[in-house]
Amino acid sequence: MRFHAIDGSKPKMTPQSSFMIIAPLDVRRTDELRSLLVSMNSAPGNANPKNEIIPFGRLEDLHFARLVILEDQTLDDITTAYGLPRRSYPTYLAFLGDFDGDTNRFLKELVAQAGNGLRQIFSFCEDFQPDCDLLSWMKNHEQRPATMYVNWAGRTMRQIREEDALRNGLEACLQNNASVFVGKSPREIRDTLKEFVRSETIAGRLRLTMPGQMPLTWRIRNLLHLVGVPLVLLFFTPLFILYLPFFAFQLRRREKRDMEIAPRVDSVHAEKLADLEDRDVTNQFSALGSLKPGPFRRWTLVFFLWLVQYTTRHIYNRGHLARVPSIHFARWVFLDNKKRLIFCSNYDGSLESYMDDFINKVAFGLNLVFSNGIGYPKTDWLVFHGAKDEQKFKYFIRRHELPTEVWYNGHPGLTNFDLQRNRRVRQGIERQSMTDAEIREWLELF
Amino acid sequence: MPVNAIDYSDVQGLVRFGFGGMTECCFYLVNIKDVLAARSWLASAPITTAVEMKPIPSTALQVALTRAGLETLGVPGKTIAGFAPEFVSGMTGEESRSRRLGDVGANSPTCWQWGYGKKTPHLLVMIYANEGLLKQWEMSVKGNLWDAAFQVLERLPTSHLGAVEPFGFVDGISQPKIDWERKRSVSGDQLDYSNLVALGEFLLGYPNEYGKYTDRPLIVPADDASDLLTAEDHADKKDLCRNGTYLVMRQLQQDVRGFWQFLDKATDSNPEARQKLGEAMVGRAMNGAPLLPLSNNPIAGVGPDDQDRDYNQFTYQGDDAGTRCPVGAHIRRANPRNADFPQPVRGLISHLIRILGFGRKDIRDDLMAPTRFHRILRRGREYGDFLAPKEALEPAPPDDPEHGLHFICLNSNISRQFEFVQSAWIMSTKFDGLTEESDPLIGNREPVRGCPFSNAFSVPRESGLRRRVTGLPQFVFVRGGAYFFLPSVRALRYFAKVGA
Repeated sequence: MRFHAIDGSKPKMTPQSSFMIIAPLDVRRTDELRSLLVSMNSAPGNANPKNEIIPFGRLEDLHFARLVILEDQTLDDITTAYGLPRRSYPTYLAFLGDFDGDTNRFLKELVAQAGNGLRQIFSFCEDFQPDCDLLSWMKNHEQRPATMYVNWAGRTMRQIREEDALRNGLEACLQNNASVFVGKSPREIRDTLKEFVRSETIAGRLRLTMPGQMPLTWRIRNLLHLVGVPLVLLFFTPLFILYLPFFAFQLRRREKRDMEIAPRVDSVHAEKLADLEDRDVTNQFSALGSLKPGPFRRWTLVFFLWLVQYTTRHIYNRGHLARVPSIHFARWVFLDNKKRLIFCSNYDGSLESYMDDFINKVAFGLNLVFSNGIGYPKTDWLVFHGAKDEQKFKYFIRRHELPTEVWYNGHPGLTNFDLQRNRRVRQGIERQSMTDAEIREWLELF
Repeated sequence: MPVNAIDYSDVQGLVRFGFGGMTECCFYLVNIKDVLAARSWLASAPITTAVEMKPIPSTALQVALTRAGLETLGVPGKTIAGFAPEFVSGMTGEESRSRRLGDVGANSPTCWQWGYGKKTPHLLVMIYANEGLLKQWEMSVKGNLWDAAFQVLERLPTSHLGAVEPFGFVDGISQPKIDWERKRSVSGDQLDYSNLVALGEFLLGYPNEYGKYTDRPLIVPADDASDLLTAEDHADKKDLCRNGTYLVMRQLQQDVRGFWQFLDKATDSNPEARQKLGEAMVGRAMNGAPLLPLSNNPIAGVGPDDQDRDYNQFTYQGDDAGTRCPVGAHIRRANPRNADFPQPVRGLISHLIRILGFGRKDIRDDLMAPTRFHRILRRGREYGDFLAPKEALEPAPPDDPEHGLHFICLNSNISRQFEFVQSAWIMSTKFDGLTEESDPLIGNREPVRGCPFSNAFSVPRESGLRRRVTGLPQFVFVRGGAYFFLPSVRALRYFAKVGA
């Protein structure tokens, strides 16, 4: 079923952006930082929206945010698997979030709302000077993702809030008038609901803002990317074809040799992670790992993340990443000169169902990216097997997962399905005309 | 013996049979008082095996152990650490587990009769007998070592209510069929719902639905382990868990009066509507008939007998909106009967398109996990007297006796099977796109952050607008529970001597 905006024109919207500020910690003070972070929570791992350090709730355009200490538990793997010396990396503090609109504007707003708290947090970072300009320090420590996924491009927090209020209002109206609606035709019911929305809107209790204009520069850049990437690929096709046999040879040689490191997860670590989860219908996931050594894996990963970025930007931006509908936002970010990768996501349901989705629905996609990481369950031809080795994959995932000290969800209790359903509820109210069948289908949304 | 054949004499009978003819049954939850006596008792316990016997025996005995039980018997810590993490931690071992299982609020383990803290049993001893034979069999099973060996925490009696559970609905009629012959191929996507499930889902030591051997402790052959079978996937190791499985037990108290009185109120005391609403909540008619027409196509693992077909030859394909069987109905939550893809996939191109996430037909497509990885084998028994729906409408007399179910299920991966079904499907307020609901029968009605209500139940209607029943009270209360290991006969004998 297709819906159209009220004025018949193509809907316009605000793009979602992300920030990730990352800086090395003074490791002697990690515990102190951890207790500061814990003080921001109302339940383990779950931020109090009104906490004094960063009052997330005041940032109206913020969908999700988190603070994670990137303590890598798997640095010995390179020695185990490849006999190479352990590399030492700084322990970073990462502060990241997903929001509507322009990054500069958002960071300014963040500094205005939480300047003192941010200074307090960043004072645990090695190179933070108390008298520095906070905004430029943050910008200097920004790390852009290699790939970014947004469940529904253009869906703003304002839209989410308004449509949730609309649905709740309609639900209450249906409930309070259940006896009145008995025997009414779907069309009559819809007319009554439309009238309800009209009067509620006039009374100022409901509001449905028309989506804002997508910036022109954004549209131009997007178009260039849409056309540019296939052109680049096309241009290099002859080279790719020539290189393919070598690639296959290099890949297979490694796939046969690479060691799996997926032991049973330490129970203390697993319990700590589980303690933070399932306090909301949505959960967070943060994982960190090292790439397999050498340029082959590094450039394979760079290439495929670049391809995935194309699909998430232009194809998978309408409610599902391949077959997975449960992810709100996700990102893949390179660290330390592309020697390590961090993956962060926000997803509906529990970790067990999230991993179930990974294994049963998008194992090929997971393999494509994560098989370039040390210890990943054995893949064949980059996409086969790997995650399909269910238990090893789950152990691998859990082992690389980091406890997310502070996590904020701007719309607790609302899954991606809910958001999409609410949008359809709204469309059914705003549309000028609908057939009886369409109205019946629309009523099924309640 | 052919390579693939299962040694039934090594498997406890409960995996293969429900002992349905043995209508008398009781469960002992015991702690080990004297290890030596307990070992001797275990060494000679007359365990009923999965061997098919003619005539059918009139009594049966099964024994399962918790982690604490294994520890007390002297099983090495290193071995125990190789069991499933959920088993090692226990049903009440972590607050996060209780949260996922819905064991919060009135279901909180701190309110349980058993299974929490000091009331965590070491052993579960399950005693079954034909009518009139239980007392005698109980005596015989205990023998003269019992009193010295064990301290009884609970003796849980059960009752035989015919084919129904305490609310009055025919129960226990839908079970996965175990692929004992190991003929099922699990490679690639399964495009049709199958009720035939890989042996490894219900018995450790065999390939599961992923074609893999579920993680379990394998031990280096030593003298005391010499009788154990060799691991199929590691020829140099002994497989302690082969032919064993995990047994999940939960005592579920059912508020039969509360259930029928709520239905009565919600339907203005119209007996027909009352029953209909109850049936919508369960997802089957009271006599067990499905609410959907039977499918014309056979389903693997359903039948061949007519009764099984009449009960189970159906899926929810074509009833996406739930107008025939509500989406939130208990049996639809517990087993959504789907395949690896939400819509039928025919042909290579269509397959590829679906793998990439295109060709979606409904906004609820792919919300649900494929069923075949989340099946459990149920072996529960009811307790308390039967209270007919009509009687249940009467106010409760003082000292109204308890009714309920000793829920028992078998699975080889507790987190992927029992816990997943319980948390992602039964307790979830967001199951298949629902809102403000939890399982209409066994949901706990507890709020989740951002979802203050989980006490509604929607009955979709052809006209488009559903009927929404609100304010469902809690009908089922968890009174106890634990994760057990149901060992093979060989493993049980090994446990009887391992620490000696």
